[in-house]
Amino acid sequence: MRRTTSRILRGIALVSTLALGVTACGGSDGDSDTKAVSAGDLQAALDKGGDITVWAWEPTLKTVAADFQKKYPKVKVNLVSERSGDKHYTALSNAISAGKGVPDVAQVEYFALGQYSLTKGLTDLAPYGADKLASKYTPGPWNAVSDGDKVYGLPMDSGPMALFYNKTVFDKYKIAVPTTWDEYLDAARKLHKADPKAYITSDLGDAGLTTSLLWQAGSRPYKVDGTKLGVNFDDAGAKKYETVWQQLISEKLLAPVNGWTDDWYKGLGDGTIATLATGAWMPANFATGVPNAKGQWRAAPMPAWTKGDKASAENGGSSLAVPTLAKNKELAYAFTEYANSGAGVATRISEGAFPATKAELESPAFQSKKFDYFDGQEANKIFADSAANVASDWSYLPFQPYANSIFNDTVGKAYVSGTKLADGLKAWQDASVKYGEEQGFTIQK
Amino acid sequence: MSTSVTASPAKSAAPRLRTPRKKHTPGKPKRNVLLTVLMALMVLYTVVPLIWLIINSTKTQAGLADSNGLWFAHDFALWDNVRDTFTYHDGIFGRWLLNTLLYVGLGAGGATLLAVLGGYALAKFQFPGRRAVFAVVIGAVAVPGTALAVPTFLMFSKMGLTDTPWAVIIPSLVSPFGLYLMWVFAAEAIPTELLEAARMDGASEVRTFFQVALPLLAPGIVTVLLFTTVATWNNYFLPLIMLKDPDWYPLTLGLSAWSSQAQTIGGDVIFNLVITGSLLTILPLIAAFLFLQKYWQSGLAAGSVKE
Repeated sequence: MRRTTSRILRGIALVSTLALGVTACGGSDGDSDTKAVSAGDLQAALDKGGDITVWAWEPTLKTVAADFQKKYPKVKVNLVSERSGDKHYTALSNAISAGKGVPDVAQVEYFALGQYSLTKGLTDLAPYGADKLASKYTPGPWNAVSDGDKVYGLPMDSGPMALFYNKTVFDKYKIAVPTTWDEYLDAARKLHKADPKAYITSDLGDAGLTTSLLWQAGSRPYKVDGTKLGVNFDDAGAKKYETVWQQLISEKLLAPVNGWTDDWYKGLGDGTIATLATGAWMPANFATGVPNAKGQWRAAPMPAWTKGDKASAENGGSSLAVPTLAKNKELAYAFTEYANSGAGVATRISEGAFPATKAELESPAFQSKKFDYFDGQEANKIFADSAANVASDWSYLPFQPYANSIFNDTVGKAYVSGTKLADGLKAWQDASVKYGEEQGFTIQK
Repeated sequence: MSTSVTASPAKSAAPRLRTPRKKHTPGKPKRNVLLTVLMALMVLYTVVPLIWLIINSTKTQAGLADSNGLWFAHDFALWDNVRDTFTYHDGIFGRWLLNTLLYVGLGAGGATLLAVLGGYALAKFQFPGRRAVFAVVIGAVAVPGTALAVPTFLMFSKMGLTDTPWAVIIPSLVSPFGLYLMWVFAAEAIPTELLEAARMDGASEVRTFFQVALPLLAPGIVTVLLFTTVATWNNYFLPLIMLKDPDWYPLTLGLSAWSSQAQTIGGDVIFNLVITGSLLTILPLIAAFLFLQKYWQSGLAAGSVKE
């Protein structure tokens, strides 16, 4: 049922994206409002007041919105927060194509920004002063929101990757914390041999994890230049990833559990899933989702693909963006700046969000924060190091949400049948290229 | 949710079958081992999820993770869970419950009313195009609602009705199956002679309908009402694509939103509240079936035996 639903939703999203493309082309002269908006204009709008609607599921925004309204009593922020992921983007695409009910501010994850900016669904925030904020953010998130001199959103959080591991399990079987992916593979074998119920990690095919690991390994499969597009999973970085992950799959060293399900949370809690390579936002999910394993887990730097290499990657993270059809753009930008660059940042960090701003990442107070969940470990040092070492030049496809949605039909086969991971990636590449052609992109070989 | 639906008739149907059997075959009733085993499996299949739901709604999030699914954890948190379900996010669960009641009241109630009026008319009045209506209704029964959801969405979007309660209520008003059931039921349950007698006595058509036909239709009405109530209560896909504002969500959508919080960066993982909320969601349906079962059983069986 879930599968059918998501397929139908995908269909709707697709129809909407197409419709959106058409409207965007038809109304191309709507670009004329690129005149600069001064700080004075923004202040005047805030003094005048009005209503803005914000579609975002990020939980800390609730406090931020309340503070913002306290500071600017004439502004009313209507925070709509029950939807996330696929459903959120479906609703957003539907609203944009219908031209009705479009929010003033929308949360958009980095991997999905291209889909909206390319079809002119998002306002360029540079004229509002966003271009002057570049130096405040770490390069990974800033690359994700900006395209040349255009800025399509302000980074809200980031997900520099780290390796979370269950220390209790590692100690019990005397396994060393892996510093390279080859050591990780050995640890996986050792652990599963010692306890056949335990696995080094769980993976049944997760597009986000795969792209992040490729990113870290130095692979750059997606080349995007305006309407020109290249997809190629056949480089040295991808080879490194394939070699290690193929062995993990073939030797059945990965727990056959889908991420984010109750089984997964259970596995993280009872020691049958021993590590997790993911974004630095994970501690908040550990605290509420796996309360019974408090004190057992620790954070460590990501294992390297080549010994001594410090390259890291991002996983997850999202921005706040202002749709082109937003009614009150001045207020929308003012709120976005407050939440993601101004006073809101401190509020959000104090509630557990992981920042994208350099000043906060480097501050001693942030770095020396002790995590109760990790038995007092100062984990932010590891995360901040990772953020500084995120490899550059990564880009997602302009239709990454679609590409991710077909991941399980292509690469996913490698996890459940005899298909080789390399063949799965090739199939994913072909399907993405085909879709890109249908969308009118010029494909570069 | 189907648990309660299938379980209750199975239990109560047994004595009804046994009574007449005693009359015809004095002595021991015949036993069929295979049937008994199949029935037992069926009961297991339908009851186990319900038991799981009840047991697990007594656990905290931590208890859920480190205890066996079919037995209680060390902590008994049912009352805390119920309280948290109703207070979480400023008590939005209560609002969802009221929304669901609204959708069921107007949607299922309206669908039943329309089905009764239409079914009665089709069964008891001759008019041109009756056969065409028959074909359309039978065809409509075969089309799953999910297939119509997207076209309906596009239509409602044009009319500016999406993201309003009307987007959920209006499509719920159409129940081809309910209409068909009322039609068949009215044809069987109301003797045409009775209507003629009423007309001879000078009763108007409206009065005939309300005072003569309606009481005879009661079991059928309850059956259709239950069917449409369950359909509207469980409706997920239509509200999913129609509604954006969580203030208008029905329970199904709200619970799914809570559940997907676990898949969100920084989101609260509240499986315990999702489970408790699910239990609270099916209680009204169970109650409705228990109180109305004798009506709807006689409604379903009507016309099955030649008297």
